[in-house]
Amino acid sequence: MAAEIAAAAPGRIDALSMSWPRPGRVIAWTLLFIGGVVMVTPIVYMLSTSLKDASQIYDLRMIPAEPTLANYVVVLADGRFLRWFANSLIIATIVCVSNVFFDSLVGYTLAKFRFRGRYFVFIAILSTLMIPTEMLIIPWYLMSRTFGWIDTYWGIMFPGVMTAFGTFLMKQFYETVPDDFLEAARIDGLNEFAIWWRVAMPLVTPAISALAIFTFLGNWTAFIWPLIITNSKELYTLPVGIASFAVENQIAWEKVMTGASLATIPTLLVFLFLQRYIVRGVVLAGIKG
Amino acid sequence: MRVKSRMLFGLAVGFGLMTATSALAVEIEYWQYTFEGRVKAIDALIEQFQKANPDITVKHVDFPYADYPTKVAASITAGQGPDVVQLYYGWVDGWLAGNLIQPLPKDAFPHDQIEKNFFSIVKAMKRGDDYYGLPTAVRSLALFYNKKMFADAGLDPNKPPATLDELVDAALKTTKRDASGNLEQEGFGVDMTGQDHHWIREVLIRQFGGAPYSDDYKSVTYDSAAGDAAIQWYVDLQQKHKVGEAGFMDTAQAAFQAGRAAMEIDGTFRLSAFGKITDFEWGVTELPSKDGNQGNYASYWANAIASTTSGDELKAAEKFLAFVTTPDAMKLWLEYAGELPANPAIALTSENQADPKYGPFLKGLAYAHTTLFVEELAQRQTQIDMVNHVLLEGQSVADAVATAAKAEQEVLDKYYKK
Amino acid sequence: MTAAVEADGGVAAARRLWHRLTVHQKHVVWAWAFLAVPILFYVVIRFWPTANAFYLSLTDWNMLHKASFVGLKNYRRLVADPVFWKVFRNTFGYLIIGTPVSLLLAFLIAYQLEKVRFMHGLIRALYFLPFLTTAAAMAWVWRWFYQPLPIGFINDVLALVGLPQQPFLRSTTQALPSVLAAAIWAGLGFQVVIFMAGLRAIPTTYYEAARIDGVSNGAILTQITLPLLKPTIIFLVVFSSIGFLRIFDQVYNMTTNDPGGPLNATKPLVLMIYQTAFSSFDMAYATAQTVVLFLVLLVISLIQLRILRDR
Repeated sequence: MAAEIAAAAPGRIDALSMSWPRPGRVIAWTLLFIGGVVMVTPIVYMLSTSLKDASQIYDLRMIPAEPTLANYVVVLADGRFLRWFANSLIIATIVCVSNVFFDSLVGYTLAKFRFRGRYFVFIAILSTLMIPTEMLIIPWYLMSRTFGWIDTYWGIMFPGVMTAFGTFLMKQFYETVPDDFLEAARIDGLNEFAIWWRVAMPLVTPAISALAIFTFLGNWTAFIWPLIITNSKELYTLPVGIASFAVENQIAWEKVMTGASLATIPTLLVFLFLQRYIVRGVVLAGIKG
Repeated sequence: MRVKSRMLFGLAVGFGLMTATSALAVEIEYWQYTFEGRVKAIDALIEQFQKANPDITVKHVDFPYADYPTKVAASITAGQGPDVVQLYYGWVDGWLAGNLIQPLPKDAFPHDQIEKNFFSIVKAMKRGDDYYGLPTAVRSLALFYNKKMFADAGLDPNKPPATLDELVDAALKTTKRDASGNLEQEGFGVDMTGQDHHWIREVLIRQFGGAPYSDDYKSVTYDSAAGDAAIQWYVDLQQKHKVGEAGFMDTAQAAFQAGRAAMEIDGTFRLSAFGKITDFEWGVTELPSKDGNQGNYASYWANAIASTTSGDELKAAEKFLAFVTTPDAMKLWLEYAGELPANPAIALTSENQADPKYGPFLKGLAYAHTTLFVEELAQRQTQIDMVNHVLLEGQSVADAVATAAKAEQEVLDKYYKK
Repeated sequence: MTAAVEADGGVAAARRLWHRLTVHQKHVVWAWAFLAVPILFYVVIRFWPTANAFYLSLTDWNMLHKASFVGLKNYRRLVADPVFWKVFRNTFGYLIIGTPVSLLLAFLIAYQLEKVRFMHGLIRALYFLPFLTTAAAMAWVWRWFYQPLPIGFINDVLALVGLPQQPFLRSTTQALPSVLAAAIWAGLGFQVVIFMAGLRAIPTTYYEAARIDGVSNGAILTQITLPLLKPTIIFLVVFSSIGFLRIFDQVYNMTTNDPGGPLNATKPLVLMIYQTAFSSFDMAYATAQTVVLFLVLLVISLIQLRILRDR
């Protein structure tokens, strides 16, 4: 079966690129590139502000007059920053793994099994996206108190171990998987769990990579729930820690920007690492499976 | 009773409280938002308090200011929250509606003592016959001005405007525009989302001969000729004199820090941020008067006891609250956090009044008013909208004031006529 | 079934029972077995609080008081509240402009990016970077970009190409699109990546067959790419619509000094809910607003799923 898919794969990009007329491609490339530069302009500004002294932040120049790394030194010298960084990393990673497993399993079940109540379960799960998180704070907090989850890692993580977002995403991608592949595995005598895990999962690697990126990110930047559920500074996540730089009427924007710039690094690394799997798509997945 | 309360409020904290403590060891939690000076001040006070009360442990929890009320609400609802908590005085009614705080017991905090030992603005913490919290420190407004810009415009940098007319005059001289008329530098930084809405209500309206509210703050009374005149004067800064623009440099304080606003009205809390300015020298002075009338607006964060605290924790919480509002605590707070003492006897010393930075704010406290908000954010919004109706929608000042008065009255009625 | 297993008290019995099931019945058992833990999770963590919100919206609950039943009072108040209708219109404004504009842009970018080889990784990263940033920090930057001359970057560009100055955030008509632009900017990378994953999931054999038959590029797009991309499109339409109807962070951060302003021009429903709940502490009223939001979202999602499925 692997050979089947692999055989279908080669030549795809070449076929597409060869057919595209040269001048059109140059124009498209130029437009894409300009668009990309526009997209990062605000981010360059964030970096620029993080390199300014507190007295210079309203100078508003894109290139700082006297760039300084002082803000980075201050932010990183506070030992807690690295702790918060680690907390965010641990939480985002665990939640990410949990989502990849459960969302994928549920999405697969909803896409590839025929049983009564399937659409209802799908809509019910989807409906969880329709209540703003802010309104769930108090019920979740009451629950956390009952179970003793306040001020723990698990307390920060539990609302997100499975999400409707991931389930929906995975369901949509599993629907593109031809049933023939699964049927072939069934005939080979694999049980349903093995069919999902060993045959179906590798076929949706792009979606799983996308899910992993977005779940990681979503948890990396999550603010309000981690703020509410933690009391000790040792358990803060990075966004909660960065928020300490903003007080009532006085916000140390240069530090906020420094924290925000630093916070972007791991997510960028995760993206750069995982995006290859999105791009390689089913081609590689087929060979591996 | 009498003896105990006097001891609570007196200076003899150590010995007096020890005799009154129960034998059981208790732990209470104190919550406030994260800000270096305040955190250090409370840490120092806790250390002193625990030395005097070895059977009480105070756990200090501080967390980011964003979503402060949300966090307090969630935790108190779950019975997991603080025992003593800081809140902005304008939130009292909301927090009472949400049942988050309880009245201060009269035996431990007799009203005559409170009224004697605090600026009269503490009344804003009183609902019915009960006080719901006491401040350690208070804030007021003053006029910040850029000495360099004053000098550049030919004004005396050591003689800031003392009247509203002088303010307009100085603002006109310090406003700068480029060739096509774009604002480069504001003479006066207008910002309703900053402190201007307080300035209008408690200062300008009164200076123009009106009153913003009835004495009990249950009725809005600025929908009057005096009210219209005051708002007109404020709007004129932008529409007639063109010495400032709402939203210029995002906020007036940013414009001032950037050296793009010659003057700005702001609170005590701004001193520390402006302290970082290196490009120019600035000064601070009392709010300008009109026809000899001075005015100011004062506000504060108060310490309150959570509704869920009871028994030994309640007794300990009372003691701690009393402790952080003693004159000594206030002195320590001024030193650590740079906020003005809430007790006039401690605040209005001649030494403090002569201070070039704190002086103008302290003098303002003597004649300051404090708006009795039922819902601070909603009431603030009516004022921001009032000015925006004029600036953005071209409404007449009289109509905009009438609309705002009606909207704010509805907010008040929702609370008082329940 | 569970009862029978326990009665026999053995694995052997379960196995016998299992072998008696038809292939379809086995499938159904597998399906529910896969769903068991997730359903338990969703019921406890999500459905229970939601059901609770429905109940609380009919009471006068304010956190610590025991709630007493007040019928539809909160809903009547909502219908009579002019701010609610303004907010309702804004919320739909975000949806109606935001979803088509962002999806169209994202598809165009993803579709073109697919064909680009030169500096492909870099360009893709450029588009994705905004999605990695912190909302509060970026909102601050955007506020500066929207400033008037000589400060604002965007007005600077407008002046450069000879266009008139715009007030952006200081206008009751332009503020919503201005905030929305920042929101689209922040979410575009997400949509591009999902589209790219969707495009890559289309088996190559289809393209090759089309090429052999000499089908034009345009026909490939409309006859092969778009139909096969349908699951992805459904996902993005439904999910982005929910996102725009639930918009909060961008608005709150962009208009932080006058939240939802000026003059409520940018205020979405979630911001109103948040203010009602945590600055007025009017919890029951806030839950009524939440229920309305929930129903609106549910109806719109169901309609979208129905329309896109039937096509």
